[in-house]
Amino acid sequence: MPFQLTINRKPRSVDAPADMPLLWVLRDVLDLKGAKYGCGIGACGACTVLMNGEAVRSCQIPVSAVKGNITTIEGLAEEGKLHPLQKAWIDLDVAQCGYCQGGQILSAASLLAKNPHPSDADINAAMTGNICRCATYNRIRAAIHQAAGDSATKEGGSHAGA
Amino acid sequence: MPVLEKFAQYDAEMQALIAEVEMISPSVVTTMGRRSFLKLAGLAGGGLVLAFNLDTRSAKAEMAATGDAANTELNAFVRIAPDNTVTVYSKGPEIGQGIKTAFGLIIAEELDADWKTVKVDQAAINPKVYGYQGAGGSTSIPRGWDQLRQAGATARAMLIAAAAKQWNVPVSECTASESTVIHTPSKRKLTYGELAKAAAAQPVPDVAKVPLKTRAEYKLLGKRYTGVDNLKVVTGQPLFGIDVTMPGMVYANYTKCPAVGGKVKSANLDEIKKMPGVLDAFVLEGTGSPAEVMPGVAIIAKTTWEAFKAKAALKVEWDESSASKDSLTQAAAKAKELGPNLPTPAVNIGDVDAAFAAGKVVEAAYDYAMVSHQQLEPEVTTGWWHDGTMELWTPSQQSDRGLGQVTKMLNLPEDKVIVHQTRAGGGFGRRLANDYMCEAAAIAMKVNAPVKLQWKREDDFAHDMFRVGGYHFLKGAVKDGKLTAFQQHLVTFSADGSRPVSGGARSNNSFPVDIAPNVRYAVSLMPLQIPCGPWRAPTDNTQMFVIGSFLHELSVAAECDHVTFLLDWLARPLAPPPSGGPPQDPSRTFNPTRAAGVVKLAAEKSGWGKKLPPGHGLGIAFGFSYGGHIAEAVELSVDAKKKITVHKITVAADIGPIINLSSAENQAQGGAIDGLSTAMGLEIGVEQGRIQETNFGDYPILRMRSAPPVEAHFIQSDFRPSGLGEPCLPPLAAALGNALFAATGERVRTMPFKRAGYTI
Ligand code: FES
Ligand code: FES
Repeated sequence: MPFQLTINRKPRSVDAPADMPLLWVLRDVLDLKGAKYGCGIGACGACTVLMNGEAVRSCQIPVSAVKGNITTIEGLAEEGKLHPLQKAWIDLDVAQCGYCQGGQILSAASLLAKNPHPSDADINAAMTGNICRCATYNRIRAAIHQAAGDSATKEGGSHAGA
Repeated sequence: MPVLEKFAQYDAEMQALIAEVEMISPSVVTTMGRRSFLKLAGLAGGGLVLAFNLDTRSAKAEMAATGDAANTELNAFVRIAPDNTVTVYSKGPEIGQGIKTAFGLIIAEELDADWKTVKVDQAAINPKVYGYQGAGGSTSIPRGWDQLRQAGATARAMLIAAAAKQWNVPVSECTASESTVIHTPSKRKLTYGELAKAAAAQPVPDVAKVPLKTRAEYKLLGKRYTGVDNLKVVTGQPLFGIDVTMPGMVYANYTKCPAVGGKVKSANLDEIKKMPGVLDAFVLEGTGSPAEVMPGVAIIAKTTWEAFKAKAALKVEWDESSASKDSLTQAAAKAKELGPNLPTPAVNIGDVDAAFAAGKVVEAAYDYAMVSHQQLEPEVTTGWWHDGTMELWTPSQQSDRGLGQVTKMLNLPEDKVIVHQTRAGGGFGRRLANDYMCEAAAIAMKVNAPVKLQWKREDDFAHDMFRVGGYHFLKGAVKDGKLTAFQQHLVTFSADGSRPVSGGARSNNSFPVDIAPNVRYAVSLMPLQIPCGPWRAPTDNTQMFVIGSFLHELSVAAECDHVTFLLDWLARPLAPPPSGGPPQDPSRTFNPTRAAGVVKLAAEKSGWGKKLPPGHGLGIAFGFSYGGHIAEAVELSVDAKKKITVHKITVAADIGPIINLSSAENQAQGGAIDGLSTAMGLEIGVEQGRIQETNFGDYPILRMRSAPPVEAHFIQSDFRPSGLGEPCLPPLAAALGNALFAATGERVRTMPFKRAGYTI
């Protein structure tokens, strides 16, 4: 079935079964590999994308139910300019295996859009749907605060080595 | 061969694998032996390329055989190009442990390269050239340490020699810094890029004569660096096994019997083949080994989703006559019966009974559940059978071994299997096995296109190589504040009836065999037909929970401060190292001074002995694991509903010199939180040979809201570095239990702690 989608601010037409989750449309049909498959039941957050700015689990949304603009991790940086979260993620060397991190960043982006200065409790509430099996939670928290401009931290890496 | 025999054979392979992975003696890591560097000339783009080989003869043969530049380049360790870039080839897989960045840093340090110009690429899988290419036992860094430093130092020496020749000055007047050779008296400079071609014309110096830096001379190592692939990670670029794609690729899923060992009797293949998007469906007999291919049904479809959807409609009648019938509830009851009946001890030191009679005796029974790996990227491998060659793309932790397995399984000539290693979305030991790679190869043989085998998360649960559970019956005696006798009866599982299943028990001479002057250690076995294998810090991840908790019980009985008791215990005389076997590497053997150092550091940084807020408990434990000396402290409080809040975890580690401080902290935090996650809530049940958990809904991996702050502190020493992927996990569970005891007076002797009613 043909569907007209808006992915990362660009119109895309796809031909896919109506019940195919957005995750697999992105990955297998549109060759956008940023959203990851982790559980397929909405329990891990690896497949997180933004639908009109709101973090959603793309494994739970059939393509027929997609409305509005979808932002994937590939489209978070606009015109080659990294989102402050992406910068903080690099600066603090958050990733271990990195598999969960696209989903983590998008959940955090959705949080910051609504709440520019989240508390630890706000971060817990917004980020608990995203599993990091490598347990990089300390750094994810620090990177969200840093992107919000809320705290300086000695944690993490820097490219120059400091 | 009947299934059970195949199953025992699989376990034997896993045991050999763990032994091989853990076995790094000084002779493996230090002596150059026949190894030498090889300069590769005539490459596209020119410049200096150094290859490094275990056996020079095979390397030369390799070059002669390939002859073309592009291929030869893939065998390199480091390349310095005329445009001033330095490319380092990482021979091992990146699974989240940070080796890709670390390998680059080690070479760059000795090379005196400008880190900003260093690029790290994944090396091809070619064990003939690179030797061991896996990532297991936290050995990537200790194995690579000398090799990589020497590669960097050798290239540096050749660049300096080239500059000296050009300036017509003695080498001794030249030095190097930030990818530039400097003639000190005249202040003349040439960049590595400018020198690359001339350096390639220099003879390769004898590695034994190339000096290596001391720790005090390091300019790069020990600081913080962000991972070399982080930009790609945060912008969602394809890096992982699951991201592999190629023209005309199709998608597969493979369904095996939920009880290990079952065979396909019949399946509704005709119906499945008619489903939308499905291209084919067929039965594989398999090889009968859980490490390769078990019998099952492959579904080939146009997309992953269509393959998954067809799987949901798949109806298979299984022949379960030789399948697992295991029940872990029955096993638990049986273990309880076996506990009091001590069999003939495997270790018997001193006079245990006399020490029991003379001291204060403590008895306790500990147990822990079976657990699963569940790396976040489900198993996946892409295979393509073309031109008589099997080509595979896989996130294995041990692609080199997989290459051998596939070659043998498909009965192909050695050079007809090509394996590409991708970044792995986690490993934790699961990907030391290559079953998914073998399955992908077997499926690809029957598909006329590249095919990506994608496991569902549910497949990862049903068909893991689990961390086995165990039951420990302990008896210890203390006298005058010292541990005088220790008796341990481990009841665990066996695949072959003669020894514990892989990952199930420590070896008889591993730490802490000399835990006390009088020791008795015995093992009883129960049969198990569920595949088990290495899981992050195999055997230590459970043994240290048992030992670390019981030591605290003993110090409480002795009415001794636990840190004082631990320090005293660590200072005890040690048994002489076992005779025979490979020489011991002093960097990887238990060292009481290093152990005491981390215990003191953890105590200091956690505020041991200071007044805690009301209701808080502080616990501490020590672990020695995979060469690392680690102490951890947990501070927590508990509410009336037994809900635990962990306020802080302190990690103190001595793993030798730190390569990348950022990555080291990250590993320490990850290991400790993984330890907390597993100790609190993770458990796999088995009934009728079937794994009871199916997805993250019933396997509560710890999430952000329960993740405590973890502070990591390192004692940097001049021992050879040991790895950090594993050793920070094992001490956590005991530190947690000890803190819980301090806060509540209740001793938890079972993992996960949720069995005792605690939540986090
Ligand atoms: S894959 Fe969608 S939440 Fe796990
Ligand atoms: S970094 Fe590995 S799952 Fe988060």
